[in-house]
Amino acid sequence: MPKKQQLALGLALMIVLMPKTVSAMHIMEGFLPPIWAISWGALCIPFIIMGLFSIKEIVRENPSVKLILAMAGGFSFVLSALKIPSVTGSCSHPTGVGFGAILFGPTVMSVIGLIVLLFQAMLLAHGGLTTLGANTFSMAVIGPVAAFATYKLVKKANGPQWLAVFLAAMLGDLLTYVVTSIQLALAFPAEVGGFGASLAKFMGIFAVTQIPLAISEGILTVLIFNALSAHAKDELESLNILTKEA
Amino acid sequence: MQTDIKKNLVKRNVNVNLLLILIVVALAVIPLFIAKDAEFGGADGLAEEAITEIASEYEPWFSPIYEPASGEIESLLFALQAAIGAGIIGYGLGYFKGRRKGQKRELA
Repeated sequence: MPKKQQLALGLALMIVLMPKTVSAMHIMEGFLPPIWAISWGALCIPFIIMGLFSIKEIVRENPSVKLILAMAGGFSFVLSALKIPSVTGSCSHPTGVGFGAILFGPTVMSVIGLIVLLFQAMLLAHGGLTTLGANTFSMAVIGPVAAFATYKLVKKANGPQWLAVFLAAMLGDLLTYVVTSIQLALAFPAEVGGFGASLAKFMGIFAVTQIPLAISEGILTVLIFNALSAHAKDELESLNILTKEA
Repeated sequence: MQTDIKKNLVKRNVNVNLLLILIVVALAVIPLFIAKDAEFGGADGLAEEAITEIASEYEPWFSPIYEPASGEIESLLFALQAAIGAGIIGYGLGYFKGRRKGQKRELA
């Protein structure tokens, strides 16, 4: 497909998806006023488009990496299906996007996160189409970007591989729900105390619940990363994740 | 000699992995004891309540186009989602592991 057609396809999808939003342990269907729903959706579009192109690139340059890409998607499917009890007495689920963000960069996971969110919004009434934009922004944009940046920072500071993977996945998960709280607080500032009071309330619901889950996601990501680097060294080297041993 | 060292290393890895899995399980189980009387509903349900408290006049302006007919069907779909993901991961790990074994055999 020529570049122009690719771009047209991306733009068409963007327009189709733009006025909608998602919610799950994300934001619930219909619970964001339209103006917010549309704005968050629009913010995601550059990431989705760049993600689509880099997926294409990855698949073309190194076909055997395709399977690892599918596994990154699978990981996100599994983790975001697991609703786990937390210390606050409510349940939430991890996101699983950190793993793929470390391997392929953040925008690839924007696309995969969007697919997961669509699946849950359409079949599970979890999240929603009108909140798809906001939830994509938190789980598929901020989450992977945070994970990717954390991974690079820890590696740059010569931190061990497992620590970089753990912190990346954990912070990516946690920040997703911090952003969810911010989104809700922006849309629903409290009458007394405004944005700050609402933020504290939603953080108590989403972010605190998420802390033990984020630790779990960090650990599970380290496990799958280790398994993969034991058996698919060549592919990870070609993704510049593992440096070649001399 | 060398194979002994390698075997010990593999054993250590298995132990570390088991420990890590135990931690994950504990993180999910401990809350059940800490918050004994809690309902363990979804965090999204709590957020709905909070929104109603803050903006009592707010009406959701869109409802899900499809809602699972019951809790059972919902859990079916969640299980399906997890199964698809787990299947892909298992296939991938199996493929790479088998490939490495084959390469080793060729070298030997």
